[in-house]
Amino acid sequence: MEKVLLKGNEAIAEAAIRSGCKLFFGYPITPSTEIVEYLSKNLPKAGGLVLQGEDEIASINMCHGAAATGARVMTASSSPGYSLKQEGLSNLAANELPVVIVNINRAGPGLGGLGPSQADYFQCTKGGGHGDYRLIVLAPSKAQEMYDYTMNAFDLADKYRTPVLILADGFLGQMMEPIELKERPAVELPAKDWATNGCKGRAKRKICSYALTNEVMEGYCLQWEKKFAGIQQAEQQWEEFYADDAEYLFVGYGTCGRIAKDAVLKARAMGLKVGLIRPITLWPFPEKAFAPIKNTVKGIVCVELNAGQMIEDVKLAIECKAPVVLCNRQGGMLPSENYILDAMLKNFNIAISEGV
Amino acid sequence: MEKVFGRTKGLTDVPFHYCPGCTHGIIHRLIGEVLEELDIIEDTIGVAPVGCTGFSLDFFSCDFVGAAHGRGQAVATGIKRALPDKIVFTIQGDGDIAAIGTAHAIHVAARGEKITSIMVNNALFGMTGGQMAPTTLAGQVTTTSPYGRDCAVVGTPIDLPKTIATLNGAVYVAAVSVDTPKNIMQAKKAIKKAFQVQQKGLGYALVSVLSTCPTNWGLSPVDSLKWLRENMMPVYQMGELKVAKEVEAL
Amino acid sequence: MMDKIVLAGFGGQGVMFIGKVLVYAGMLDDREVCWIPSYGPEMRGGTANCSVIVSEQEINSPVIELADAGIVLNQPSFDKFRSHIKPGGVLVVNTSIVEIGSIPDTVRVIAIPASDIANELGKPALANMVCLGALLPSLSLCTMKSIEKAMNKLVGKNKPEMYELNMAAIQKGLDVAAAMK
Repeated sequence: MEKVLLKGNEAIAEAAIRSGCKLFFGYPITPSTEIVEYLSKNLPKAGGLVLQGEDEIASINMCHGAAATGARVMTASSSPGYSLKQEGLSNLAANELPVVIVNINRAGPGLGGLGPSQADYFQCTKGGGHGDYRLIVLAPSKAQEMYDYTMNAFDLADKYRTPVLILADGFLGQMMEPIELKERPAVELPAKDWATNGCKGRAKRKICSYALTNEVMEGYCLQWEKKFAGIQQAEQQWEEFYADDAEYLFVGYGTCGRIAKDAVLKARAMGLKVGLIRPITLWPFPEKAFAPIKNTVKGIVCVELNAGQMIEDVKLAIECKAPVVLCNRQGGMLPSENYILDAMLKNFNIAISEGV
Repeated sequence: MEKVFGRTKGLTDVPFHYCPGCTHGIIHRLIGEVLEELDIIEDTIGVAPVGCTGFSLDFFSCDFVGAAHGRGQAVATGIKRALPDKIVFTIQGDGDIAAIGTAHAIHVAARGEKITSIMVNNALFGMTGGQMAPTTLAGQVTTTSPYGRDCAVVGTPIDLPKTIATLNGAVYVAAVSVDTPKNIMQAKKAIKKAFQVQQKGLGYALVSVLSTCPTNWGLSPVDSLKWLRENMMPVYQMGELKVAKEVEAL
Repeated sequence: MMDKIVLAGFGGQGVMFIGKVLVYAGMLDDREVCWIPSYGPEMRGGTANCSVIVSEQEINSPVIELADAGIVLNQPSFDKFRSHIKPGGVLVVNTSIVEIGSIPDTVRVIAIPASDIANELGKPALANMVCLGALLPSLSLCTMKSIEKAMNKLVGKNKPEMYELNMAAIQKGLDVAAAMK
């Protein structure tokens, strides 16, 4: 299949069009802006519409309205803008509306910087807005995955009637790589027999998650709890790289995941049994990936572009049976493969001769 | 026997649970009648954000979507853009549209969003127990202005429809009241026109309806109507504030 | 085999375009490629740089600590990137506007007055392509033929005269660099 060169952001936008996304509501912010720009140019040609909202809050609520009609809809932003969307995301989760959201993570907190970062991990994977809910969070590590995971995000959103987040860093958004513009095979999805699109020939519908009676509200909460527990069991995804016999393990997602692959290859060339687990779903966190190795692995280096966030989920996943240390860069800086391999060798006193 | 008056088909048979003397019910009935008369019940999607209007979801016979506080017009924009042939309206309180939702109120009008907004103005936040809103009158006592609204500290009331009327995309803006039978008839005319504007795709329409809140005003229903006439009507410009050329023909 | 190439200059000097030509050339040759901009707020006038990786194997880490080759079109870029080339690597320097200061002697410098050459060609904006031509023989995975294919893809169909001008500038850079050896 012919490949085209696209920035990661453009790959997301193209995948959205090819997933049948008909509406995009957004607000420009570096380093995510190519998404709204690409769609402004190309979505109308595919019979869709891009509307630039007055702010991020308007944009996410416009998504709310469009999703309520049953249309496929997306918004995209970067960290400060993503913060503004939290109220809307909480409402989308509560009203069980399928929307795809993109956060091209830049350095924070505050206005932060424009460089790549993973400092929004907690906000993205633990809910982010008020109340007890989770987003399904997909973490691509290259442009092709930006494309593939976006297609998957639309299907997951419709399958579970829930907002799905693509979380990538600014580096992945801006980097250009060849992409195969694969057509997505048709997936069987539940009918949208809840959509509010005019009550001709049927009873009226309402989409509302608001209850002023505590007993009723608890009923809703139990329903959501069950739904998220089901997703947690069914949708964990990860990539393993030389993990099955690994004595020492890197864990990293997105850009860190691909940097760690080179560190693994270097370590293997030295005769060291080093592997990688790259979470693809950040929620649900792929704890199943750690079950087979948690009693055998001697040490884990968690590679992150923040002050240490995913490391908490890694420790839980291996039930603290092995030491887990953090190797990180922040503020828009990236580690090299040598930097993270050094961190592993030093932290666990691994002699280069050990495995040779 | 001939039936000369009944419940409009625009409303469900769910009983209103507004406080005694509150004029919300009248406003709902007027909207319901308009939906029925224009034969658009099955083509309409309503949006109600948070506040006493939030109860609307159960009362109207059309599809309805609940929105977060202040976000009704953004949600309505999303619905209308997805379904341009349907009729979309918001029903929002003054605290909602003139405080937390003001950005959206301005921008739906600026965009000429083809939706209809009904603003229910009772000069305070009713549902949360009578706190000061941007529409609270000078000197008016609320739970967060217990010594009366001090305009030197918090400014003077916003007459939102006047602001909206300055924007090109807003083609019909009216402020009405439901305190007398005559005013109720006028209010209905304005609400009907605001929906007809949307049917013809002419632009954005806003109708502000002055409404009583006897519970939080601490007045009887009758005294509330009097208070509204004597205190609110002089502050808020009444009547049709803007009728764009293309709307005059309606 | 893998070429890691860093490209830098003023915004508006066509730095990103060199990167695009290289990355298309690699892709059209069925290589693995990756184009990495250093993105920032400046649209024009500031320093701009991007990196390109062309590889026979899958590209994992896109982070370049030391590049195999580089082009610097202005002084700030030379000052910044002279220490970013690996021993045995190559740095093409636009000596029309860059004064070559200290640089590790393990780096082979190709000094070429690219802006002057571009002026002689009648298009000052082509200094970037002159430098690309000068760099070409030092790359392990990029040939003139693949550059032609890439240029055709990027500008060929829409602007045939731009295609000719760009290719002429690349050829000139290649010739001048060859004559300097």
